[in-house]
Amino acid sequence: MTEKMETVLDVKDLKVEFDTPDGTVQAVKGVSFSVSRGETLAIVGESGSGKSQTMMGIMGLLAANGRVSGSARYAGEELVNAPLRVLNGVRGSKITMIFQEPMTSLDPLYRIGRQISEPLIHHKGMSKGDARARVLELLKLVGIPEPERRIDSYPHELSGGQRQRVMIAMALANDPDLLIADEPTTALDVTIQAQILRLLADLQKKFGMAIILITHDLGVVKHVADRVVVMRRGEIVEQGPRDDIFERPQADYTKMLLAAEPSGHKPPPPPGSPVILEGRNVTVDFAIGGGFLAGGTRTFRAVDDVSIRLEQGQTIGIVGESGSGKSTLGRALLKLLPSAGYVRFGQTEISKFDRAAMRPYRREMQLVFQDPYGSLSPRQTVGEIITEGLFVHEPQLSKAERDARAVAALKEVGLDPATRNRYPHEFSGGQRQRIAIARSMILKPKVVVLDEPTSALDRSVQRQVIELLRDLQEKHGLSYVFISHDLSVIRAISDHVIVMKDGKIVEQGDTEMIFDAPRADYTKTLIAAAFTH
Amino acid sequence: MTEKTIATVAAAEMPPADERPSRSLSQLAWIRFRRNKAAMLGCLMLALIVLFSYVGPVFLKHGYDEVFPSYVTIAPSLSPRPDPETLKEVAENAAKRARVTLSSFEVENGTYTAVIAGSKPIDPRAVRYFDRANEFENTQVKETAADQLSMTLTGHVDQEYFLFGTDNNGRDLLARVMLGGQISIAVGVAASLVSLGIGVLYGATSGYIGGRVDNVMMRFVEILYSLPFIFLVVVLVVFFGRSITLIFIVIGAVQWLEMARIVRGQTLSLKRREFVGAAEALGLTDWQIIRRHIIPNTIGPVIVFVTSVVPQVMLLESFLSFLGLGVQAPLASWGTLIAEGARNIQSAYWQLIFPSVFFVLTLFSLNFIGDGLRDALDPKDR
Repeated sequence: MTEKMETVLDVKDLKVEFDTPDGTVQAVKGVSFSVSRGETLAIVGESGSGKSQTMMGIMGLLAANGRVSGSARYAGEELVNAPLRVLNGVRGSKITMIFQEPMTSLDPLYRIGRQISEPLIHHKGMSKGDARARVLELLKLVGIPEPERRIDSYPHELSGGQRQRVMIAMALANDPDLLIADEPTTALDVTIQAQILRLLADLQKKFGMAIILITHDLGVVKHVADRVVVMRRGEIVEQGPRDDIFERPQADYTKMLLAAEPSGHKPPPPPGSPVILEGRNVTVDFAIGGGFLAGGTRTFRAVDDVSIRLEQGQTIGIVGESGSGKSTLGRALLKLLPSAGYVRFGQTEISKFDRAAMRPYRREMQLVFQDPYGSLSPRQTVGEIITEGLFVHEPQLSKAERDARAVAALKEVGLDPATRNRYPHEFSGGQRQRIAIARSMILKPKVVVLDEPTSALDRSVQRQVIELLRDLQEKHGLSYVFISHDLSVIRAISDHVIVMKDGKIVEQGDTEMIFDAPRADYTKTLIAAAFTH
Repeated sequence: MTEKTIATVAAAEMPPADERPSRSLSQLAWIRFRRNKAAMLGCLMLALIVLFSYVGPVFLKHGYDEVFPSYVTIAPSLSPRPDPETLKEVAENAAKRARVTLSSFEVENGTYTAVIAGSKPIDPRAVRYFDRANEFENTQVKETAADQLSMTLTGHVDQEYFLFGTDNNGRDLLARVMLGGQISIAVGVAASLVSLGIGVLYGATSGYIGGRVDNVMMRFVEILYSLPFIFLVVVLVVFFGRSITLIFIVIGAVQWLEMARIVRGQTLSLKRREFVGAAEALGLTDWQIIRRHIIPNTIGPVIVFVTSVVPQVMLLESFLSFLGLGVQAPLASWGTLIAEGARNIQSAYWQLIFPSVFFVLTLFSLNFIGDGLRDALDPKDR
């Protein structure tokens, strides 16, 4: 680390509370830490641990019902509950933030040049011309290709990684002393993630600012942090230098987190198992554009001539970055999207079926979604949600019978059946994903397409969900198509892996073969990006 | 792993949420709504106005179409009508017609005592002249002097209270305002329900099915939008004749256009939500998805919109009535009362003030409630 170890931010006994109709909820229960110049401090914790709220509290960005107390000193100046004038002098200039979702953090109506120059003009009183020159310099610094052209782009014209670079440029504009990065790479593909982390490390070396990195991803922490703070339920469980935390963790919780990487393997199905779902030369085209004045439609080929054979009891993992067509393929196999090619389920060709003809097959071919928040209707109780399929496929069931089935399904996924009269918003992410799984399992399907079922979950929860899926598979002889961008998850659950890029299969083979001896360059890059940090 | 270990793992993951009472989204919204003072005040005010309009007439002895020829265009007052001064004049006039003179006149507790005297013996039928005046009833001869030249008469004085004054036809404005409230509120609610029903179904269907169907359905809405509203109303009134039911339908039929657009917009964004995709993967039909998933989830914005439709509808109704296409006399709505009051603003300001105050209070209450509902159903800080 650098020779000057002056403290940039010193936090003492910080508390954050929220007023809710059920009384006060303590989100952060008195945390203390400090960060020095040139140092990267990682705050690690699972969702709900209060790691983001700590920083929001310091920066005065809490929701209206939030209250903060304690002390956070920047260069001797108290920030907690400081008047807006003081905060505005510090925020965006001396302490800057970048957020998880670069699309929503950028205003879609402004060109990026203007968004970056705004704090320059505002905080530094630069003229427009000077600001523009500085913006160009910053864009070069964060590695945006063709900065002269990109400076006049709108956010939607940039890719996710480029948007995050723009956010970083914005945060660097005023030479901050402290950069707070709140899950800066969570929404990005692994290869991009690695690039962004490298960029942050380079910039830190160049400018010597302090970085507070808030993340749930221990892989990221291991790669870039100097010191680590582990948070749980609003308290600091453990803090110390990175190597101590990773090699000699003291707290049980830290040990649990470190061990939370999904592990184990799935026993392969017996040889000669019947093929239950087969797709041959599946192609999906989307029409894009073609509005009233846009001229003719163009087609975008999301899935390009892909063939797949799923045996009974087998799990096929489909890996790829965003836009690779992996989710589209999953939906096309279930006939939820119009597609060309041949698909058969068991002995029946379903590729020519319309919606009505597909309906009887729906119960045997289920889909589980990524987002456990979006995939459950907020206005139905859990009981109503999981028994919905029975309405369609077994309408003769009485109310009591349906209820009994709901109880059984909830037990099977490890949830308390007494919770079936509650609403989804009362459950945590992992529990919601269990509910979504129960909704599929209640129909006793044969094939389940799992579309990133663990991506929105914390590592420790991820592991539980994967174990649950493996158990259910064994018990009911299910076949899975498991779609994910997360290679460690894929490795733990699949028999066979398909790597996709731009709608095509890059490589496929048995799990061990793909991971131990990848042949395609793209697969090698993916694996390198996912496992080296 | 056995089933038991899965259960324990899940239990470990279970947050302490179970200690809290279970609440649905609407219950949470209600809690937020209750904390909004303006909205609660609006609710209270609206409840009082509804009570006033619908229960008030039970306690009022004047009918809304009862005409009091003696009390045309009188100002509101807390004291009974007629007052003793004018009564004496009335009695004198009556005596004059009976060709007698009034020597004394007193009013006490709703009965009057008059002593009349004449130059000739008085015919007892003279009481008829008194009864003929609006103000007196059941006039009887109490005693007659021995010479029959003077006579004491008693009878009821018909004293009336006109707290809100009367209109140009001598009808009690209080009763009229109550009636106006009944009709305005009924039109507002019923027409909003009509527009709600049509709009939600139409918008959800159009948005959910999408594609060409959506295009055709929304172009149809735009065509209707472009038709002049009054023209449409005149045509409908000409075809079907005038009635309150027709007004409900006409206004509802115009208002649903906007509702359909709002619901369609909501549906378009809901359609991309994963729970709709999940329902599709479960094999639900389009109609089942619309009914079970789309419509319940549009309810928040729809309720908020309804609270702004109700006042709009009430204004439309008053506009129609003003043109003579709406509610017809002797029925009245707040709109017709205000129109009438506006014409008489110089001679009888109260005819404008009372209905206007009620109308404005109702609109304010509805707006506050709408604001409160919006904040409650769509909180920014969650």
